[in-house]
Amino acid sequence: MRNALAIAHKELRAYFASPIAYIVIGFFALLFGWFYIGILDWFVRQGMQMGQFGMQGPQNLNINQQMIRPLLLNMTVVFLFLLPLVTMRTYAEEKRSGTIELLLTSPLTDMQIVIGKFLGAMALYSAMLAVTLVHFGLLFVYGNPDWKPLAAAYLGLFLFGGCFISVGLFISSLTKNQIVAGAATFGVFLLLWVVDWIGQSLGPTGESLTKYLSMTEHLDDFVKGVIDTKHLVYYVSFITFGLFLTMRSVDAERWRG
Amino acid sequence: MIEVEHLTKRYGTVTAVDDVTFRVNKGEILGFLGPNGAGKTTTMRVLTGYMPATDGRAAVAGYDVFDHPIEAKLRTGYLPETPPLYPDMTVREYLNFVAKIKGVAPKDRAARVDQVMTRTWVADMANRACGKLSKGYRQRVGLAQALIHNPEVLILDEPTAGLDPKQINETRRLIKALAGDHTIILSTHILTEVEQTCQRVVIINKGKVVAEDTPENLTRRLRGSATMFVQVDGDRAAEAQAALARVDGVVRVTSADASGTAFEVESESGRDVRRELASAVIGGGWGLVELRPMRLSLEDVFLSLTTEERQEETVNA
Repeated sequence: MRNALAIAHKELRAYFASPIAYIVIGFFALLFGWFYIGILDWFVRQGMQMGQFGMQGPQNLNINQQMIRPLLLNMTVVFLFLLPLVTMRTYAEEKRSGTIELLLTSPLTDMQIVIGKFLGAMALYSAMLAVTLVHFGLLFVYGNPDWKPLAAAYLGLFLFGGCFISVGLFISSLTKNQIVAGAATFGVFLLLWVVDWIGQSLGPTGESLTKYLSMTEHLDDFVKGVIDTKHLVYYVSFITFGLFLTMRSVDAERWRG
Repeated sequence: MIEVEHLTKRYGTVTAVDDVTFRVNKGEILGFLGPNGAGKTTTMRVLTGYMPATDGRAAVAGYDVFDHPIEAKLRTGYLPETPPLYPDMTVREYLNFVAKIKGVAPKDRAARVDQVMTRTWVADMANRACGKLSKGYRQRVGLAQALIHNPEVLILDEPTAGLDPKQINETRRLIKALAGDHTIILSTHILTEVEQTCQRVVIINKGKVVAEDTPENLTRRLRGSATMFVQVDGDRAAEAQAALARVDGVVRVTSADASGTAFEVESESGRDVRRELASAVIGGGWGLVELRPMRLSLEDVFLSLTTEERQEETVNA
């Protein structure tokens, strides 16, 4: 574990030593702010309208369901675009610059390297998520949202990002070219995103299968505030599988030379 | 310390290393010599555990690199062809990171980093980003990285490539100083490097070991007979040549320069004819200006061994 943390630390430092971290976090903050203002505005007007029609006041609108949930679901689109930028360099750059030779000839197991890289990317992703705490903090100051569904939503988002990152690591381990890794990762992310869109035309089995595969489908319950083991199992096994594939890919690369 | 037995590595249908066997004793410096693409780097990559062999085995410090990779890697320092530097890290950060992943205890790390930086003359660049270093500094930081965990075995892939003459000399001296405590394999295609630093040479060509010996023996072995360089003073040089040729044990005398007073005298293998040559010259009334054994440089050995190989192949084809 100490070795994995050493790698994670190095990865995180590489993100912050280059502009990657600042660009990714900066644009994420900007876009998130945009969504936040938009949805907040809508939420407030909705509340006022309801008040005008003599229905319940704005306090009675559920801020978790009406505001936080759509906001977080929208935000995942931003991750779809930004996470490939985080993972594309992980292996591709090491392979191109030859530093992979240092890692593979050091007394480390492949698993330690993969886990280290995963944790490094997850730390950057957590920093992105941390930005949103400010916005939600304001909601707590001026409103009274329930923190439990929000915590569940963060757990869901964390796992959701983990899936993307593990796939991104795997794709990056297949190539020396960062652009190829980035483009392929984006393609695969998008596919995992829309996989259930064609579900209805595939009949009942196809529909439930594509629904099960869809990354966002599993997120919805978390964002509603429900922690269902079904979804936990999906995410955790997805991440494990992604990391396992990455390990196999690094090992295969050794045999190929 | 390092054992390589029947090592074979194939990339698809291409055989990069073909049944290579050699060993390096503790404290020794072995020169790994061969033209580009001969399989030097591949052999080293197998030894360092970067890639597995297709066949055969390799062991470092008693640990098989395939069965006990972690143990073997803890005892190996490796400088790849291109120093594996992270451009965004400073030299100190980089060496500290390498120390961490190579298992240097936390309390020794800072001291160890300072020590190797001094040893490889990079201390003045400690806070410079690796990506901004000159080629010479990169190479030396690469060397520092290989030394950081004080490994028993050092595997250096062209350690002097890209250095200026002064740095080359310093690096060679450093490598020589490291022998004894460390067992070293260094690859190169610069022959003087091998002659200056190595106790033993393995010449590899097209994946096969074509020769293994000390630099001196290799040179001797190549010429079945020994050659002397003789220079005489005075005229009647042609007569001198004839007189030399009459000496017992001399096979052939050829003129060595345009003036006609210098000769290369080839004698039968294993016979020292220096005394006889000297008395023949003086007895004939010429002045003996110079008499010395001619040593063939490794470069010639190298060329001839690799050329022979090529001729064989044409015959086989």
